[in-house]
Amino acid sequence: MSKFLETTLAATTAALVLAAPASAEKFNLGREAIPEEVAAWDIDVRPDGLGLPEGRGTVAEGEEIFAEKCAMCHGEFGEGVDRWPVLAGGQGSLKDERPVKTIGSYWPYLSTAWDYPHRAMPFGFARSLTADETYAIDAYLLYVNDLVDEDFELNRENFTSIHLPNENGFYMDDRDQVEVPKFTREPCMENCKESVEITARAAVLDVTPEETAARKAEEAAKAAAQDEEAKVEEGTAAGASETVAAEEAAPAPAAEAALDPELVKRGEKVFKKCKACHAVGEGAKNKTGPILTGVVGRPAASVEGFKYSRALRAKGEEGLVWDEAALIEFLKKPKAFVPKTKMSFAGLKKEKDREAIIAYLKSVGQ
Amino acid sequence: MTTDSNSGTTRRGFLKAGLAAGGALAGATTAARAAGPDPAITEIQPWNQENGDPVDASPYGMPIEYEKHVKRRTVSWLTADPVSSINFTPLHDLDGIITPNGICFERHHSGAATVDPEKHRLMIHGLVEKPLVFTMEDLQRFPRENHVYFLECAANSGMEWRGAQLNGVQFTHGMIHNVMYTGVPLRLLLAEAGVKPNGKWVLAEGADAAGMSRSIPMEKALDDCLVAFKMNGEALRKEQGYPIRLVLPGWEGNMWVKWLRRLEVGDKPWMQREETSKYTDLMPDGRARMFTWVMDAKSVITSPSPQKPILHGKGPTVITGIAWSGRGTIPRVDVTIDGGKNWHKARIDGPSFDKSIHRFYFEFEWDGKPLLLQSRAIDSTGYVQPTKDELRAIRGVNSIYHNNGIQTWYVNENGEAENVEIS
Repeated sequence: MSKFLETTLAATTAALVLAAPASAEKFNLGREAIPEEVAAWDIDVRPDGLGLPEGRGTVAEGEEIFAEKCAMCHGEFGEGVDRWPVLAGGQGSLKDERPVKTIGSYWPYLSTAWDYPHRAMPFGFARSLTADETYAIDAYLLYVNDLVDEDFELNRENFTSIHLPNENGFYMDDRDQVEVPKFTREPCMENCKESVEITARAAVLDVTPEETAARKAEEAAKAAAQDEEAKVEEGTAAGASETVAAEEAAPAPAAEAALDPELVKRGEKVFKKCKACHAVGEGAKNKTGPILTGVVGRPAASVEGFKYSRALRAKGEEGLVWDEAALIEFLKKPKAFVPKTKMSFAGLKKEKDREAIIAYLKSVGQ
Repeated sequence: MTTDSNSGTTRRGFLKAGLAAGGALAGATTAARAAGPDPAITEIQPWNQENGDPVDASPYGMPIEYEKHVKRRTVSWLTADPVSSINFTPLHDLDGIITPNGICFERHHSGAATVDPEKHRLMIHGLVEKPLVFTMEDLQRFPRENHVYFLECAANSGMEWRGAQLNGVQFTHGMIHNVMYTGVPLRLLLAEAGVKPNGKWVLAEGADAAGMSRSIPMEKALDDCLVAFKMNGEALRKEQGYPIRLVLPGWEGNMWVKWLRRLEVGDKPWMQREETSKYTDLMPDGRARMFTWVMDAKSVITSPSPQKPILHGKGPTVITGIAWSGRGTIPRVDVTIDGGKNWHKARIDGPSFDKSIHRFYFEFEWDGKPLLLQSRAIDSTGYVQPTKDELRAIRGVNSIYHNNGIQTWYVNENGEAENVEIS
């Protein structure tokens, strides 16, 4: 481990001795953790390899897993989709106006790139990657960062021999030496400067969020209701919200058949696999995937404001409607049903899961 | 009010409308003096005549409808997804030093976990004499302490490094809250397991889907950390880590692991994602500071501010704000109304707790001319909050975290405030 850490360790050791009443008194509360319990939770991996389980994976295997489980957010080559983290590239950019901080350009240790996806990824389906899959994903991430060749295999044995380019790019917080003495001073109280000019204004950028549509409508309605004179002018806004209210009040179309609550419940659980990219229900917004509220029976590629793949748009133009049969077929293996769809999801193998998802989607679309 | 509905529905339009309404209100009272008695007084109001709600109308009470605008808000373009995101405390609407539980800002990495307390366990293992498991019941049998502490996200004001960007104190400074915690000192739990002599670091890990994890030096763990289960007297909110969270007074919020389920003692730090790829501060030379744990002294004027314009016109005016330091208390805050030519000592009111928010006031007679407002905190170590330019001279503009620079609000003749930077 690097020098600054050793220094910190020395400092903490000294403090530990001073703070010593750790042995003060015991309450004999709690119980002893048994080895199986510790093993179940002790998932962390350190730069020196402590905590790494047995396993192995190649670049080629990693590429396949990454395409299936990671690329929808991080891009096929780790380039990042939308605002999701970029994982590859950016080497040599840390002094630039806009640095690109990736595993290859910024992260100090490969162990972090093992520990993190293994504990927290895929987003919304954490702790589902096996040790082999994680080694493979890391092998692929090293490859897309130009750090290994395409025939590389990463395993427990060679893991600590891999060093990331920016390992020595970090140093211990030095504010106490560099900043604190400088900013510990007697501040000026009177006639501190001759003139003052405004050099930057937030209004120029104007990126402050506006209030939500609901709040706006409410304000408009409130203003209209309270201000007699303004009634005529505000009429449009109030009228518009009345229309919305009227539509909401209209009787819902009779449900075709009552949904099986057990199936809906199961579907809700299965939907966790989809949640990272899709939202449903009231107030849902497009994410990496389009909103799925009311998807059952909806024409393909029809959610406004969502950028579909060319392939799915073509299907929509051909008249594909997401009825139950089409959804079941699609969810079995999305890439088989719509080759080149953006949705990098492997599919639901169990028929019951597919049925459950559709029941759930129906239940939230009503 | 004759603003067209378009401008009336934008935020800025709303502010203008608010100002117009404020003007009208002032007008109304003046008019009342001239034209006749105030109907708010002479007419019987419904609440004077009709009975109010019965006792159980709201078994867990919420603020009255007139305060509905006091809420957390997010900035949707900041993050890829609302599940791994942040929202902000409405500082402009608050006073005193305590943040109400329901509006403490939220920051989750995989959403706010719903943890069943019956199934929650805290495990301590690693370099200890005896690895232990505690239930929630076990934890509540240890001696407890109560402390008021601020929790500030290291990225608070992080969007302002390149210049004034967000127009509202909620967005520039709202990644902070200040509550009273009830919890068990971490050192008691560690002592129960018996830390071995080579145990120098503690890994804290959450039970959420992010498995949020940070390495904490043993010195801090044995000093003032708490494993807290109550905030402001009631159970932690799930957004704040129900049933237990770690409290690290004065240190960056990311380390206050929520839904805390595991403490591992080791001889080295683990170099987790949140202490390498994130929460490290990139400096102009391309290298980065790491383990920047302490939050430097900072202050901000919360009113007036862009979301809280002066609506009453010239005359007696109250400036108020908050100040805090990760190194101690705040014995002094200075305020300027002329952009830093001259400064005045503000009045600190309310309790002064270690590593807690302090409330300050500066009352003055506004002449109706534009103002350039700033506050600067001086903490109990003598550290004086620096300007943004002084920080940029050392750190550049790409360090994201730990921006404790002085904030400037420009207030125009109408009392509207704007986030600006000045020479």
